[in-house]
This record gives sequence, C-alpha cells and structure tokens, in this order.
Amino acid sequence: MQASIAIESTPAVQYLLRLGDTCLILGQRIAEWSGHAPILEEDIALSNMALDLIGQARAVLTHAGRIEGLGHDEDQLAFLRDEKDYRNLTLVELPRGDFAFTVLRNAMVATLMKLLWERLRDSADAELAGIAGKAVKEARYHQQHAADWVVRLGDGTEESRRRVERALADLWLYAPEMFESDAVDEAAAAAGLGPRWSELEAPWRAEMRTILGEAALAEPKEAAFRSTGKHGVHSEHMGYILAEMQHLQRSFPGGVW
Amino acid sequence: MTAPAALDTRCAQAWDVLGTVLDPEVPALSVRDLGIVRDVIEHGDALEVVLTPTYSGCPATEVIEHDVLEAIAKAGLGPAYVTLQRAPAWTTDWISADGRQKLSDYGIAPPGPASTDGTVPIRFFGRRVDAIACPRCGSSNTERLSAFGSTACKAMYRCVSCREPFEHFKPI
Repeated sequence: MQASIAIESTPAVQYLLRLGDTCLILGQRIAEWSGHAPILEEDIALSNMALDLIGQARAVLTHAGRIEGLGHDEDQLAFLRDEKDYRNLTLVELPRGDFAFTVLRNAMVATLMKLLWERLRDSADAELAGIAGKAVKEARYHQQHAADWVVRLGDGTEESRRRVERALADLWLYAPEMFESDAVDEAAAAAGLGPRWSELEAPWRAEMRTILGEAALAEPKEAAFRSTGKHGVHSEHMGYILAEMQHLQRSFPGGVW
Repeated sequence: MTAPAALDTRCAQAWDVLGTVLDPEVPALSVRDLGIVRDVIEHGDALEVVLTPTYSGCPATEVIEHDVLEAIAKAGLGPAYVTLQRAPAWTTDWISADGRQKLSDYGIAPPGPASTDGTVPIRFFGRRVDAIACPRCGSSNTERLSAFGSTACKAMYRCVSCREPFEHFKPI
C-alpha cells in the first residue's frame, strides 16, 4: 500500500490548500449525487458543478505543489495526504444530506468562492490570478443555480420549506469558520497572495441575506461553536470520504486513467 | 485571434489545419471557431500551439490537445507541442461569427454577450428567464428547463411555440 506524503506547511501552501481542498471535497460530495438526484436535470447540473470544482482543485493543488517545492503533483496531494493535512472547511465534508441540504450548502460555499475568486484575480501570484479569472465565472453560475433552488424550496411547499429550514439550522453552525482569520491569512495578505477570509464576511452575509430573504427564511442566530477543518482538525465524517477517495491511489500507487 | 495574412508560412498552414479540428463535445465547431487557439508560434524546429481551456473541469481539454497534435502531425507540420494559457480567461465572446452561425444551424442557441468582469448581482428567476431565441423556429417564447445541460457550457431549454427542446450555449 502507498504510504502518506508529508507536507511542507508554509503559510502560502496552507492558504492554497484551504482553497484547493474546499473545492476538492465539495466536488467529491456533490459528485455523490450522480445517478441519485431527484430529477434528471439536477443530476446533470450537480455533476457539472462537481466537474468545475474538481477542475479548480486540480489547478490549485498543482500550483500548491509547485510552491511547496517537494515535487508533489495534484494526484499525490489529492490522494496521499493524511487527514490532518487536508485544510478544507468542515462545512464541505459534512455528508450530502437531502437535496435541500445540498443546495443550501452549495449556495453558502459558492457565495464564498465567488467573492474569494473575485479578490484572487488581483493576486500578486500570476498563476493563482489566472486560475481565479476562470473560476469566478463558474462560481457565479454555481451561486445562481443554488440560490434559485433555495428560493424555490423556501418559498415552495410545506415539506420543501420544512426541509430547507432544517438544513439552514444545521449548516449555519459551520459558517463562522469561513471568516476566522489567522496567521495564514495575515501572511497571504502581507505577501499579496490573497485576502484575509475575514474580509469576505460582510459581503457574504449581505448576499446570503438577499438569498434567504427571497426564500422567506430567517437568518439563524450565531452559535458559539467553531469548526476547525481549515486547521486540519476535521469532523468524524472526513475519514470516510478520504477512505473512498484515496482507495485507488493507495492500492495501486501511481495509477492513471 | 486572427491568422497571419501570409498563406504559405508554416504557422499559417497550422492555423488552417486548426480550422478542421472539431471540439469533441460540440462537433459543430472547430477549435478556431471556439476561440480557444490563442497563438501558433514557430520555435526553430518545433511549433507551439497555445490553447486556452474553456471550463476548469472540461473533460474535453485533454482530447482537444491530442486531436490538435495529431492533425498537425498528419499535415506534415510537426513536431509540435501544446501549451495551456489560463489568462486572460476564455469567454464565449471569442466564439467567431461563423461559429455562432454553425451553432445555430446545429440546433444550439448561440451565447449572447458575456457579462463584464465586474460584480454581477444575484438574480432570481423561474423558468421564464432571458428570451433565448429557439434555433429551430426563431420564436422567443422559450423556457429554461435547467441551467446545466449535457456539458457545463450548455443549458437546456424548451420552445413553447414549436414544442421542441434545444440547448443554449451559456455566455461566460
């Protein structure tokens, strides 16, 4: 079996891994809907968005490997790290839940990613700026699509509303993690690599309020709980998703399509 | 990008060849019609073809690279290699006028102008969204079935007038 790789966790590498891993893990979660979505159109839409996210993750992880300078490529970074070395938001590793949970989480993450990519277009790192220039266009479609569904469900039937309200109560607990800034963010801001994620909080809350308002959903109160996936401390769900993702590369080291 | 005027240079011949390499996902268009060929440069012996990917996760990108190199080798213009250039990001505004007509003839409603790179407000809509003209009967009485189609670059629509479903190449 293929052993794990050790990561050189400089602040720049961590900043890129937060970005790339959030795309990677959400892409994996969304892809679970392939063949299982409630209607064919959504099956196709979710699979397409998963493809966009995996494509973005590939670009960012490839770049993270170059910055790290240890010769790790996108596949090694995606499939051969230990759980503690994944830096995605806890939000994206939660099980896919029902359709309401999935579209509301997509709306929350796509809103964040859209705002983040918009800022990263001005990164001092030309490669990251190039990736952002492409990804921001995709994130806009993701946000639009997810927001449309949140409104349809919130302003829909009694059952759809009950489900999206429950999803909101569950998911909102994981929102504050997005905007907790730390030394990694400070280093990125100082180097011109990218913004502190805390700078995105005000516009994110404003856009989410627009979406929730249109869906006639009340914004939940903020809880004291703070998830910590960005720091490599994950929920109990992370190990299972990694086991599924990593199985092939661990069993057949270096395997390619 | 436009091909150089001189028709006998190796680069100009390569541009002609690229006009025959079809997009595997939308075979109505060549890679030139699609606007993803950014440059063809001669470096001594080797020819460099600069391509811009359409979507981050487009599974056709690798097939296109392969097809481009194969076509250039077949035309005796090799050796060649492909480089991918991310910036500036590809936009549907780069699809040629000829390409738009080919899309429409193929049954795919061509994209309107892409939004600028400024911030885009969130809009909410049901099925009656922008008036996309039906590529079969021309009616604007159409409705969107899904924002995503068989590929990420397309949305699914239905014409209320002629009752036919069709695809729309999304502006991006």
